[in-house]
Amino acid sequence: MSPTALELAAAVRTAERSARDAVAASIEAIAAGDGAIHAFVEVLADRALARAEQIDAAVAAGSDPGPLAGVPVALKDNLCTRGVPTTCASRILGTWCPPYDATVVERLERAGAVVVGKTNMDEFAMGSSTENSCFGPTRNPRDHARVPGGSSGGSAAAVAAGFVPLALGSDTGGSIRQPAAFCGVVGVKPTYGLVSRYGLVAFASSLDQIGPFAATVADAAAALAAIAGHDERDSTSLSDPVPELAAAVGRGVLGRRIGVVKELVDGVDRPVAARAREAAEAMAAAGATVEEVSIPQLRYGLAAYYLLAPAEASSNLARFDGVRYGLRVDAPDASAMNVATRTEGFGAEVKRRIMLGTYALSAGYYDAYYARAQRVRTLVAQGFGRAFATFDALLGATTPTTAFALGERTENPLAMYLSDTCTVPASLAGIPAISVPFGADPAGLPVGVQVMAPALGESTLFAVAGALERAAPPERRP
Amino acid sequence: MTPGDTRPDPRPPAIGPEQVRHVARLARLRLSDEELARFTGQLAAVLDYAAELAELDVEGLEPMAHPLPLRNVLRSDEPRPPLRRDEVLEQAPAVEDGCFCVPRILSGEG
Repeated sequence: MSPTALELAAAVRTAERSARDAVAASIEAIAAGDGAIHAFVEVLADRALARAEQIDAAVAAGSDPGPLAGVPVALKDNLCTRGVPTTCASRILGTWCPPYDATVVERLERAGAVVVGKTNMDEFAMGSSTENSCFGPTRNPRDHARVPGGSSGGSAAAVAAGFVPLALGSDTGGSIRQPAAFCGVVGVKPTYGLVSRYGLVAFASSLDQIGPFAATVADAAAALAAIAGHDERDSTSLSDPVPELAAAVGRGVLGRRIGVVKELVDGVDRPVAARAREAAEAMAAAGATVEEVSIPQLRYGLAAYYLLAPAEASSNLARFDGVRYGLRVDAPDASAMNVATRTEGFGAEVKRRIMLGTYALSAGYYDAYYARAQRVRTLVAQGFGRAFATFDALLGATTPTTAFALGERTENPLAMYLSDTCTVPASLAGIPAISVPFGADPAGLPVGVQVMAPALGESTLFAVAGALERAAPPERRP
Repeated sequence: MTPGDTRPDPRPPAIGPEQVRHVARLARLRLSDEELARFTGQLAAVLDYAAELAELDVEGLEPMAHPLPLRNVLRSDEPRPPLRRDEVLEQAPAVEDGCFCVPRILSGEG
């Protein structure tokens, strides 16, 4: 069993183990195992080893390199890394090397973590299987014939395969939680605004949040603590104090009121629903007051999301025009160059979303689609608001099914979109949510249970997640 | 709707190939005939699913553009170092005299 991020950092800070050794072990594991998984699109071996040596030198000199000292981390390839290609798994960004680091990258490095590579994803984070990548798909480490989920599938797989103890992803409608559930790891979507989006290539700006993947809830809390907090370079980042995270993990759920969301249990596949109900029973056994709650508005969340997110994407992706960075396909005039570049540079799913969003925003359809979806978003947020008047946290399935087969849904976008149905509501409301592994289906595929809390309720979120982790059935690794 | 119901159908009309072609043009994308047919079917399926929103009464609800009740976010207007110009230009497909360079803007017939 590989050490957790916190164990590793403790060993590095006390010079019990060198950061170089920890980072070299991660790079060797990737070299040995990633051929079959394809979690990484770029491994930064030299850069990572050099950085690890700096950390070891700092320890030797008596200074503390930080709470994540020497911990190898992987970054989804939509997080900007200065001088290192950041592709969003799209041909249109080609070999673009950002001239700056994302705030989360700066903060992870300041905490002593070492970036070992960039991970595969659905192009521009649009997808639920990591099959929409110009580099080809990532495979689920638990079953190579199945998808790892998406869009942050590379980051989820990198942690699940034991290549790194920590990774960052981005979640717009479930892109951290859904792959975490499919791969059997912990994945966190923080409160909107808790983590700076500076340097995250934008998909849908009112929904995008960066968050961690980890093998344990405590590691996820430590990673979130390192990246959270106000950043003046993101005007939508909150200036509120960061909620208590690490200390919350072991707090337990005695006296907590937990609502089991009917709509996030009843409609999902039977083995997934069964694990969610067992999780609820385990919380009652751990001292929480557990009751069922119905939030009927949630069933409209997915339809609203698949109008709002594409609408925002169609605007955000207008910047890819072949002028300032990335791919340019030559043509006799500038307008034809724009069209040729975008036609060649974007994959099919990105084109679908851009067109869907353009349509939802276009004259004659704006009121019927976009404006109506925005009002439904209000309904979803109000539904959560009413539930949180009674409950401290809400619980349900993370996904309607366990990991599906590669290729199963690529020709049917709507079927692919339906796999986000349980995760989209929290995104629309901007509230924090976490997926915690909780047992498996009869085929041995991991099941994720989702916990949601009110905005900035991360302390409650991690308290419940920690209790779920302690109550989860023991792993039956193949 | 039951027969004899005279209320207008609140569901928006289905999308067809002409609208998809129009939207692709607005989005600066060129579609082959095969893509046009495939995308039309796929977008129609998604929009048909989204049409269920028409059954909800949203009268009087505020549209939600953003999860945070943000007003103007200001900072003090002090100069600070920008990104390095050479590093930024290095990433451009074509550069001339420190500027981004594009093909001619006006087409032959314009």
